[in-house]
Amino acid sequence: MPLADMSTLLPLLVAIPLVGAIVSVLLNTKNAQVLTGLLTAMSLLLVIGLILGGLSLNGAGDTITLRYSLAGWVAPLGIALSLDGFSALLITLTTFLVAVLTLYSAFYFSASPARVHFWPLWWLLVAGINALFLSADIFNVYVTLEIIGLAAVALVALSGNKEGLTAALRYLLVGLLGSLCYLLAVALLYHAYGTLDFAQLAERVEPNPLSWAALALITVGLVLKTALVPLHFWLPYAHGSAPAPVSAILSALVVKASFYLLVRFWMEILTPAVTNEALMLLGVFGGLAIIWGCVQALRAKRLKLMVAYSTVAQIGYLFLLFPLLMSTDGASASQLAAQHQSALAAVSYFIVAHACAKAAMFIAAGNIIHSLGHDDIARLQGMAKYMPLSLFTFAIAGGSLIGLPPSAGFIAKWLLLNVAIDTQQWWWVLIILTGGLLAALAIFRVLDLAFIKPEHACEQSAPDNWQKVPVAMPVSGLALALCTMALGFNADLIIDLVSIGGGE
Amino acid sequence: MTQALAYSVFGIILFGIGLFGVLAIAHVVKKILAINICGVGVFMVFIANASTGASPDFVPHAMVLTGIVVAVAGTALALSLVCRINALEKQKDDV
Repeated sequence: MPLADMSTLLPLLVAIPLVGAIVSVLLNTKNAQVLTGLLTAMSLLLVIGLILGGLSLNGAGDTITLRYSLAGWVAPLGIALSLDGFSALLITLTTFLVAVLTLYSAFYFSASPARVHFWPLWWLLVAGINALFLSADIFNVYVTLEIIGLAAVALVALSGNKEGLTAALRYLLVGLLGSLCYLLAVALLYHAYGTLDFAQLAERVEPNPLSWAALALITVGLVLKTALVPLHFWLPYAHGSAPAPVSAILSALVVKASFYLLVRFWMEILTPAVTNEALMLLGVFGGLAIIWGCVQALRAKRLKLMVAYSTVAQIGYLFLLFPLLMSTDGASASQLAAQHQSALAAVSYFIVAHACAKAAMFIAAGNIIHSLGHDDIARLQGMAKYMPLSLFTFAIAGGSLIGLPPSAGFIAKWLLLNVAIDTQQWWWVLIILTGGLLAALAIFRVLDLAFIKPEHACEQSAPDNWQKVPVAMPVSGLALALCTMALGFNADLIIDLVSIGGGE
Repeated sequence: MTQALAYSVFGIILFGIGLFGVLAIAHVVKKILAINICGVGVFMVFIANASTGASPDFVPHAMVLTGIVVAVAGTALALSLVCRINALEKQKDDV
């Protein structure tokens, strides 16, 4: 298929999960819902496979951007979908993770009454995420942010207990506030430049107080949704109390969606309004997030809360992108472009590595809760004997989060360190290394406990209320954990993909 | 100061009042109301900007309509969560 026609596939990435959501509302029997879920996941995989195949046939590395105007209306009035290397990477990641998590959810919710509500919300969330990554229109992005927000809140509330509902309410209020800040910025930008299209806006933006105000509002709104310290207060409870597949997708993809937008706005759309001081400020908060998230993860008493706090720390690493974009005196435009490209490659790598590892960790934690009925870290002593696969998954994914070679997490940190040294910002090296050390402490605390034998009994009997989980549940977690290893060996794949359509 | 500019400024002030309410008031229902005030402030800025020129620009109007739909959905979800939390608390008190 020629590349021009490939773009007609883009709306399918949004339409398929939407159809999946509607069909699973209409179906009430368990098996039909699960079947719809699996079919939706498979057709998404097929579409993304076709698109990626088309891109690679036409030669990666060229500046290719797929663009599709909905219903033939062109900008400024119409809404366009576009796909370049960065969004292609994130959509591929989403599709892959959603496929694995759909399989996992089919088993996770098999005995739970919440499943009737889970499937429609799940596919609505996926439609929102895909639509956000494809949007090339700042108002359409607001709509997708709200679709993601409302679906995610309802999914967090699925646990049905008071903690879950309170966390969901807090998440909703924070999300709405963030979106409104963003919407006000849209109002200002439309007033000043008369367009909503990403590309047209990027051409027209000038450095003036109005652009600065819009950039500040967008940043505050999206940082609130991304949960960067000090605006992270809602995340640990929302991610910690949701059902396991929901926590996995929230940590792996939903916070990345708002981060993706931040990158678009700072690197592409509102670049004239960006100053070095502002870039540095975001980096400082990122550094604080790394340290604070790791310390809180060390102190957490519940396993899921610990994994959620580790997300706070990992978000900090993502924000180190911004100070690495600073232009130094005397650097030529091509040097700066190369520096931007390598910083973006490092952060994209980080996003993929973290998404796989974090989803695997939440799956492992979910299995432990499923089997034991609790996730108190102190009571996990000796549990490796009963849940070897889940704890093995936890160990591998943990290794990637710490940044041990040969995992993807290691490559990601190594790339970040490289850019930090190239731009002579050696202090980030200290923070990245300290963060890795603290993360190692938190993860080894759990592993140490789980793998030692209890003192009092050599032949420990199975704990009370212990339930064996279906084997597919730990295996899907393990598959994701092994992916972080496989990606560590194939680093070029991701870096090539990100460079498509970038590098101008 | 033109009329449109005055409306924009008041819209931003309304947004500020709402923002203060969300951050400063502990009562959950009042927080939800404050978010709605925030939203109305944003809509006012949109509508005020639409009046520039001879004929009104209809794109901001369409955006405000979408915004209202989202605000209604968000408020409904928030209120239903509040109701459910209250019901659970009552249950606990009875036991």
